[in-house]
Amino acid sequence: MNVSASTIPAELLPAPFAAWFAQRGWTPHPHQIAMLAAARAGRSALLVAPTGGGKTLAGFLPSLVELAETPGTGLHTLYVSPLKALAIDIHRNLECPIREMGLNIRAETRTGDTPAAKRARQRRSPPQLLMTTPESVALMLADAKADVLFASLRCIIVDELHALIGTKRGDLLALDLARLARLAPGARRVGLSATVADPEALAGWLGAGLAAPVERIVGVGGPAPEISILVPETRLPWSGHMGLHAIPDIYAAIRNAGTTLVFVNTRAQAELVFQALWRINDDNLPIALHHGSLGPEQRRKVEAAMAAGRLRAVVATSSLDLGIDWGTVDLVIQVGAPKGVTRLLQRIGRSNHRLDRPSRAILVPSNRFEVLECRAAIEAIRDGELDGTPPRPGALDVLAQHILGMACAGPFRADDLYDEVRQAAPYAALSRKDFDDVLAFVANGGYALSTYDRFRRLFRAADGRWHVIGPRVARQYRLNVGTIVEAPMLTVTLRRGRRLGEIEEYFVQGLEPGDTFVFAGQVLHFERVQGTTVEVTRASSDDPKVPAYAGGRLPLTTQLAHRVRNLLHARTAWRDLPDEVRQWLRLQAWRSQVPAPDGLLVETFPRGGKHFLVAYCFEGRNAHQTLGMLLTRRMERAGLKPLGFVATDYVIAVWSLRPARDIDALFDQDMLGDDLEAWMAESSMLRRTFRNVAVIAGLIERRHPGQEKTGRQVLFSSDLIYDVLRTHEPDHVLLRATRADAATGLTDVRRLSDMLARVKGRITHRRLDRVSPLAVPVLLEIGKESVQGTAIDALLDEAAQELIAEATAMPDDNAGQMDLFEADEK
Amino acid sequence: MAFRGPFGLWSAPRMSTRITLNDEALLADPTGALFWPTERLLIVADLHLEKGSSFTHRGQFLPPYDTRETLDRLARVIQRYRPVRIVCLGDSFHDADAGSRFDRGDLERLRRMVGAHDWTWITGNHDPAPPAGIGGAVAPELRLSRLVLRHQPAAEYQAGEICGHFHPKAAIVARGQRISGACFVTDGRRMVMPAFGAFAGGLDALDPAIGALFGRGGYRVLMLGRERLYLFPRDRLVGFGAPRRASA
Repeated sequence: MNVSASTIPAELLPAPFAAWFAQRGWTPHPHQIAMLAAARAGRSALLVAPTGGGKTLAGFLPSLVELAETPGTGLHTLYVSPLKALAIDIHRNLECPIREMGLNIRAETRTGDTPAAKRARQRRSPPQLLMTTPESVALMLADAKADVLFASLRCIIVDELHALIGTKRGDLLALDLARLARLAPGARRVGLSATVADPEALAGWLGAGLAAPVERIVGVGGPAPEISILVPETRLPWSGHMGLHAIPDIYAAIRNAGTTLVFVNTRAQAELVFQALWRINDDNLPIALHHGSLGPEQRRKVEAAMAAGRLRAVVATSSLDLGIDWGTVDLVIQVGAPKGVTRLLQRIGRSNHRLDRPSRAILVPSNRFEVLECRAAIEAIRDGELDGTPPRPGALDVLAQHILGMACAGPFRADDLYDEVRQAAPYAALSRKDFDDVLAFVANGGYALSTYDRFRRLFRAADGRWHVIGPRVARQYRLNVGTIVEAPMLTVTLRRGRRLGEIEEYFVQGLEPGDTFVFAGQVLHFERVQGTTVEVTRASSDDPKVPAYAGGRLPLTTQLAHRVRNLLHARTAWRDLPDEVRQWLRLQAWRSQVPAPDGLLVETFPRGGKHFLVAYCFEGRNAHQTLGMLLTRRMERAGLKPLGFVATDYVIAVWSLRPARDIDALFDQDMLGDDLEAWMAESSMLRRTFRNVAVIAGLIERRHPGQEKTGRQVLFSSDLIYDVLRTHEPDHVLLRATRADAATGLTDVRRLSDMLARVKGRITHRRLDRVSPLAVPVLLEIGKESVQGTAIDALLDEAAQELIAEATAMPDDNAGQMDLFEADEK
Repeated sequence: MAFRGPFGLWSAPRMSTRITLNDEALLADPTGALFWPTERLLIVADLHLEKGSSFTHRGQFLPPYDTRETLDRLARVIQRYRPVRIVCLGDSFHDADAGSRFDRGDLERLRRMVGAHDWTWITGNHDPAPPAGIGGAVAPELRLSRLVLRHQPAAEYQAGEICGHFHPKAAIVARGQRISGACFVTDGRRMVMPAFGAFAGGLDALDPAIGALFGRGGYRVLMLGRERLYLFPRDRLVGFGAPRRASA
């Protein structure tokens, strides 16, 4: 439904622009015109549109028109993208209209990779259009001359806004927008976003602190996507997440399509699916692999080949969720459960950027539960019911980083800065106490103990303003800026050969020499660790020890989980399910019962001399992991002798030596009190969370390439700090920030607490004499997943006992020198 | 198990581990302290007091509670073994300036602790001269019976030597899970003690610097668990995956 360029009033689209559109055989989209109109009226705007609708051009068009009419020097438009590569790509795409219309406009990029000399030149003589990232904006704002640089700013464009909101990077950018509003009060804001559940929230975020509301503009959407579920000829697996059973069907689909994006959920899965596809790739189709652990040069190569249309398929993780448009993709395959509706829709949107034809997608569930999830996701897309995370308050560690940056820009009054940061949406409700505590932390640690009164980073001068103590503080800030804390990584290198990519150190730590694993599309033999390098050789084995990357596995969203529960309950909907799944559910209804949409079904049964408890919570793996930790703690206290637990996105199973009888008491909300506190003291996930908080807040230094200090050391020392701080100042602002993070993310405590409240008094306990059909999948996970819930000492004990048994069989050359036993108290 | 020492029958706390070092019977405690019942002597290594506050000169404000935490631990272990003598095996103070950074309360507490015992500060590379006014004797090393206590090991193999300095830490893999902790390292004749300080870092027990101290017979580690110690031979250990600098 395009308008002809000639019918558009010239005050919106001046003649040279109309001519340029005509020359390319394009007509402006209505949303592009609407964006021009909004800009003319000086209004900020949020454009929500699917990919391929000329969204980025719509964002820039008003700036180009303005600059063509009234050329000015100085920075006019700041474009912020979450991806460095995207900023660079957008820059390239903009050069085309600028050149073809002969506009006298300078557009440049500025990212962490921009050489210092160029950055200095950009400060002296800024381009009119600057493409950059949230981190670079923060750095520019921390400069003493920031007020000069941004005084001329007329427009701020935030791309992929949906990907920033609710994240710490989004918090950082929101704070920067608040500062920009002070430096350039007249600047418009433009948000560009993919389709989301709650555009109102996005508009609110974008327009926070502005006098006029943000105009919402909805881009034209294409026809509804065509999504099908692939149920292979072979038996549908009971458990597992890899989807390897369907490889022949996936291969056939790739063969029948032009270019296919095969999305998977984890890097390990990407490796395995890629391998399996090549094993049967008799036609030698160019199929590539793309995930975050591969070397950047390798990823760039794949992206370039894709852009050039040289590939038939790419197996990718979320590393390709965002990014450069490839017009050529005509099929998206999602292997494994989608986990969320919005994300699935965004992935599907990566195919077919022509708006006149529907996107095509195939979902490949990797087990029976995932069939339900795929079905629920398709229905949600049909109903236009997307999911999103509810807004959360801005993180205090990010605020600490921002306050230090603002102090580097120049002295400030606490009252003024407090007012300013509350103009950022995530910090609108920030209490003065929190602000003061964070400020005290930035100044000298903010500890109750007054040891550090003599030492400070910031000091308050006689005029009441806060100053940095010296230039060293600004250096420190520049090295630490940003909210992304990388896990310690090691480089994987073939012995005497090339670099294959990077891998999380904790994964390598679980390997023993001789183990095999899949990485960079090949089966590798772990040889040894040398410095920060993992030395590997190519393995002949086809049966690798699978990398069990814990990261990258997103939990099932609340909304999708709700739909799955409803689907389970609505028997009439079972008709549309594959036979195997339908029979499975019928059998469950007969042997036990199907979980109700509200309430909680808990089954207990004996098996192999142990007692199992299976709870159908549907709250996602992160919340289930936390629940597992807390349940096993209480069961331990109740003398039930729990042995371990395993959690999936749908279900948690706990096993113990004695049966659990009082299920209501076991699931009581009070487990979120002392049990949670005690668990937090030990949890490695909380330690990781604290480490990230400590790095972002600037308590401990970030690792930088070439530094002698390794990531592992940062991890180690942050653990010591966590222990000491928890004992001696449990209410310190960084521990508060850590607890706030624990409410979502890896531990998902809030979701768990919502569930416990919801099911109170509505728990159905079924005592069975054996395993129920619905419990089979989670029981099959035991042994595949590392079993949790065992105390560290118990594991050490086990290892030591095993050793003693081993040792007694062997001659001991130090016999008599040392003996190990517990001295009894007698 | 009970020991008969010069002070009569003495009961060992449940979770300590009896070891024999150069024919002397000792108790290793899960806090990383070592008790010598016959001498009623308690040994702790590498307290690194005021390490947290030492980073302030770089503009880093780590929690200033490490001294308090270390003193808490020391008080608990003193309570448990009721020693007459206490030997701190060097690097008790993180740097020469540590004395001036003490919180007043912490300092008073340390003075009282020192005053109540026959206390020796062995000098270390971090504290060649411990701060004045805290009390206790200062010595480069201490020879007692068949043992010699010093901060850094002698260049030549010396039976009966107990040293600190390295902050050894070991890791094992059990059920696919990696567990690491500070540890004692010994071959039965010579021993490296774990660091006792709350903020002391660690050096991989597999590091050649530690390996070089023991002969071809190899060595074992006693890893500190939460409630007791666990014995592992060297070949049961896994590396840390990256080189470690000794925080010594």
